[in-house]
Amino acid sequence: MIVNGYSVTRATPAARVAAMLGAIVLAILIAAPWWAGRADLRLLGELFLYLSLASLWNLMAGYAGLVSVGQQAYVGFGGYMLFALTMFAGLPPVVAIAAAGVLGALISVPVAALIFRLRGAYFAIGTWVMAEVFRLSFAQISALGGGSGSSLPVGIVKSLAASRQSREWLAYWLALGAAVSVILVVYLFLRSRKGLALTAIRDNEMAAGSLGIDIWRTKFAVYVLTAALTSIVGALIFLQKLRISPDAAFSVNDWTAFVIFIVVIGGIGTIEGPIIGTLIFFALRETLADLGTIYLMVLGVVAIVVMLKAPRGVWGYIRDRFDLNLFPLGYRVSRTDPKES
Amino acid sequence: MPDTILELRGLDAHYGDFQALYGIDMQVTEGEVLAIIGSNGAGKTTMMRSISGLLSNRRDQIRYRGGAIGNLRADEVAHKGIALVPEGRQLFPSLSVEENLLIGGQVGRQGHWNLRRLYDLFPILEERRNVPSTSLSGGQQQMVAIGRALMSNPDLILFDEISLGLAPVIIKDIYTALPGIIGQGMSAVIVEQDISKALSVSSRVYCLQEGRVSLEGASDTVSREDISRAYFGID
Repeated sequence: MIVNGYSVTRATPAARVAAMLGAIVLAILIAAPWWAGRADLRLLGELFLYLSLASLWNLMAGYAGLVSVGQQAYVGFGGYMLFALTMFAGLPPVVAIAAAGVLGALISVPVAALIFRLRGAYFAIGTWVMAEVFRLSFAQISALGGGSGSSLPVGIVKSLAASRQSREWLAYWLALGAAVSVILVVYLFLRSRKGLALTAIRDNEMAAGSLGIDIWRTKFAVYVLTAALTSIVGALIFLQKLRISPDAAFSVNDWTAFVIFIVVIGGIGTIEGPIIGTLIFFALRETLADLGTIYLMVLGVVAIVVMLKAPRGVWGYIRDRFDLNLFPLGYRVSRTDPKES
Repeated sequence: MPDTILELRGLDAHYGDFQALYGIDMQVTEGEVLAIIGSNGAGKTTMMRSISGLLSNRRDQIRYRGGAIGNLRADEVAHKGIALVPEGRQLFPSLSVEENLLIGGQVGRQGHWNLRRLYDLFPILEERRNVPSTSLSGGQQQMVAIGRALMSNPDLILFDEISLGLAPVIIKDIYTALPGIIGQGMSAVIVEQDISKALSVSSRVYCLQEGRVSLEGASDTVSREDISRAYFGID
């Protein structure tokens, strides 16, 4: 559309190129089982699941202002639901993964009712406390192995697919599907009526409230949606691992600290940020992991440098410098006739 | 005699230990335009924030259409039919002009105002409907802020410092448009530092001084001396 010498579009040329490249990359990734080795498939699967967790945490913290350090509650809950529903309810694993999402949403309702009474840092600490309550509760369930955990029975594992290779391929495709679905859900949510309200809340909570936007309900919807999808991702994580224990399932380091690192260095409040952040995190991990504690120190240094030099993350820096938007959420304006400027 | 739409009964307001309003009594009747004047720090914006639910008060201190609303949240107040045009516009920078206006319509109240009628009122906004709201001039941003409030089809609209920071020619345009806005059966409370402008559009005026009502009267009968005394607290 052209208005008074201005061209108005939602999609930018960069977004169109990114969409095309994204489709090509997605096709290549779908075909990965035919060109990648077993170790590469596992690594890529793990990367996709971290990307999903980071995108979800970013939706909560970057758009809804809900800084949670307790999302491991839903990762672990999802994982345990996969084990419980397949072992005791006899559900097929894929159905159990979906059911874990529904149950994650249900359990998040009373949790939200409790922790939404807290603000800012108290909210963050409250989420962590809730995750610890989850961990201690699951450690009491002896049928699921108590504190030492349990393994997924062989019969259930084999029900996924007959051969080991087929199971690994399926786990990979499920992880890839989760990442694509999460990014798509976040993108569509942000472009919806609720997303408009969420963006308004992020921009100016006071003005949004005075225009009739129910801030509590909007944030609650984001929290429940995030809990449901995080539970599904948690179920997928432990489908890959085939073994679960309270310490592994509710690890604040693995499922929240690294995820926050990814989002902060990638660029909080952008859809692209978690993608860039996940790639940086895995590049650092794969090249430095053998260095032991030095690897963790490097992660810390990277996080500090990014926060000081590019407070809006790597993607925020790129976007500001080159005016790029790969996932256009709003409209963009450019002059069509430079002589009019 | 028209019904009272809004009533303040001994309204107190606090920011922590600091008390900003002391027992304000005020009534607004159906279709009336009321002006609130007063110097900086007199409590005008605090009063707007209290009425619109941005500051929580005792339930009975604010009554709207006979019901107590003093303790309602801002979004609940908006659903009752009270809209605020806040001081400083407070637009959403990530959203386009039209998206800012549509946000106002999320309350879902039916009435006279829709996008078409708003664009008829402020044609420049239709031309610039898809640009980011922050790329507009101050006057155009004020039009968006007014339009955003109108999109909720309120029965009572609160204008907080409607002309603050705007060029005189823009202020004139906005005041020219005001009768067309308020003429739709709406009541209005206008907070304004420009006394002559406030008196020209209102039927009654209240002056606040240090959180208390220092003057109340019909806009066409209060004298300049009365206003000076009430405004500055000097004889």
